[in-house]
Amino acid sequence: MKIIPASDSSLLVVFGNTISPDVQQRVLALFHALQANQDSRIRNLHPAYASLLIDFDPLLMTHEDLAMFVESVADNRQPAVAEGHALRKIPVCYDAEFGPDLPDVAAHARLPIDEVIRLHASATYQVCFLGFTVGFAYLGGLPEVLHTPRLATPRRTVAAGSIGIAGGQTGIYPTETPGGWRLIGRTPLRMFDPQAQPPTRLQAGDRVRFTSIDREAFERLRQERP
Amino acid sequence: MTIRVLKPGLSTTVQDGGRYGYTHLGISPAGAADSLSLRIANLLVGNGEYAPALEMTLLGASLEFEEGAVVAVSGAQCDCKAGQNKVRANEAVEIAAGSVLQCGSMTDGARCYLSIRGGLDVPLVMGSASTDVRGQFGGFEGRRLKSGDVLRVGKSRATEVRRPAGVLEEVRSSGPVRVTRGAQNDWFSHEMYAKLLSTPYQVTEQSDRAGLRLQGEAVSPSEKTQLLTDGIPLGAIQVPQSGQPIILLVDQQTTGGYPKIANIITADMHRIGQLRPRHQVRFAEVSIADAVEALRHQELWLKGIFVT
Repeated sequence: MKIIPASDSSLLVVFGNTISPDVQQRVLALFHALQANQDSRIRNLHPAYASLLIDFDPLLMTHEDLAMFVESVADNRQPAVAEGHALRKIPVCYDAEFGPDLPDVAAHARLPIDEVIRLHASATYQVCFLGFTVGFAYLGGLPEVLHTPRLATPRRTVAAGSIGIAGGQTGIYPTETPGGWRLIGRTPLRMFDPQAQPPTRLQAGDRVRFTSIDREAFERLRQERP
Repeated sequence: MTIRVLKPGLSTTVQDGGRYGYTHLGISPAGAADSLSLRIANLLVGNGEYAPALEMTLLGASLEFEEGAVVAVSGAQCDCKAGQNKVRANEAVEIAAGSVLQCGSMTDGARCYLSIRGGLDVPLVMGSASTDVRGQFGGFEGRRLKSGDVLRVGKSRATEVRRPAGVLEEVRSSGPVRVTRGAQNDWFSHEMYAKLLSTPYQVTEQSDRAGLRLQGEAVSPSEKTQLLTDGIPLGAIQVPQSGQPIILLVDQQTTGGYPKIANIITADMHRIGQLRPRHQVRFAEVSIADAVEALRHQELWLKGIFVT
C-alpha cells in the first residue's frame, strides 16, 4: 500500500497497478471502512480499480493524520468477501439497433453474434467502482474472448442504458453522454435517479448478471419503469 | 417573492457550495466555480455564505423583481444596472419592486455571482442546490436558466446590509497560480515539470465548468505505460497524450486515466474559476504546508473583512 498526497486536500491510497479481484477487495474494504466511520472532515471518496482517493478538509485534519488513520484501518480489516455483496439482475436487449458494435465484437472474437450475447449474459460481474460520469459503473469479469479495444473515435452521443465494452471492461451508460465504448445492447432500467436513495442502481462491490430480453420485453419494461 | 428571467445570459445556473459525499457514485461536486465570490456576495446581503445564488458566465442575465430585494454581485467585473442606476460590485444594493436588474458582459473574468437576500429557494438534491448540468439535476430543474423561468427567493431574517471592512478587490491577486505536485508527478522528467512551471499557458475555447483545456508547451510523461483509472482531485492538472494540460474544475469527472502532474492549491481555485478563453496562466510550485497555510490565511481574511 502506498499513500501519496494528491493535492493540498486529498490523499491517494494505491494498492497496486493492475486490475485484480484481490486488489479490488482491498480498495472496497478501505472504502467501506471510511464510509462506516462517517468522519465529517472527509468530504469525498473516489474508489477506482486499485486505488482510493480521499478528499478532506485540510483545515481540520492533516495529510499525516489521515495517512495514520488509513494505515490503522487498512491493517486491521479483513478484505470484504465478494459473496456478501448484492446480486443485481440487469435485463439487456441485444437488438442490432441497440448494439451497433456487436458485429465488430463478434469479428474480433471470431464468434457468431449469438455466441457473443450468450457469453456476455452468462458471466457474473462485479462493480469495481462508479466513476467518470454520473452513476457509470465499471464492471470487472468480462469473459476474455470478448475483450475488444474501444472505438478509435468516440460517438458524440450514447443513449442512456447502453451497454458497452472497452478492452477488458464492460459498463452501462446511465445517462446520455459522449462515449467511446463498443455498444452491444441496452437496458430499459433507469440506472440513475437523482431523487432515489441511493441515486444509482449499482454500488461499488455489487455483483451483476445480465439477462437477455427481446425488443418487446424491452419496450414493456421501459413503459413500466417509474 | 419571485424573480422572472427576462434574458438568461450565456450560461446562468443556480449554485451553492457544492454537493459532497457522492463522488463514489460518479457525481461531481458542482457548486460555484469561484466559491470565494459566491461567499462574498452572500455575506454582503446577510445570507449564509454558501446560500444558493446565481452563477452567470461571460454574459449576465436580465431579471425582473416582483418585490423589493437586497442583492449583491461579486466576481468578474460586469456592468449591472437596476433601472437606470448602476449597481456596484461587492456592495449590498436595494432593488425596487417591479424593477429590472440587467447584468451585461463580463470584462476581466469569466463568472459573476448574484446573491439575493434569503437565497434562491430550490429543492435540495443530494443535499445541495447546485445545478449538475450534465446529470440534469439540482438547481433550477437541473438546467441552465431560460427566458420566462420564475425563481423563488427564500425568507430571511437579516435586516442590515453588511459592509466589508477591507478592500475586496485585493482577493484578485495576480501572479502565478500556485500548485502542489500531482499524484503522478514522478511520471514526468524534471525538464518536463520545469516546462509546466516556467512557461505560460493559454486557456482555449474548449473550456467549461468540467475543465479548462490549456494550450502551450507540451509536457509528456516519460513513463510510456497507461495509467490505471484513478480518482481525480478538484483542481488536478492532468496531461492527455497531446501533452496539453487540462485543469479539472467543479463539474469534473470523478475518475480518469490521464497522469496528473500537479494540482491547483485550494486557495487559488477561485482564480481558476475566473479564467476565460485566451487568458494566460502561469504556475508556481509551493509545498503542501504552504498551500494549507494560504488557505488558512484566506479564511481568516474573509472572516476579518466581515466582522460585525
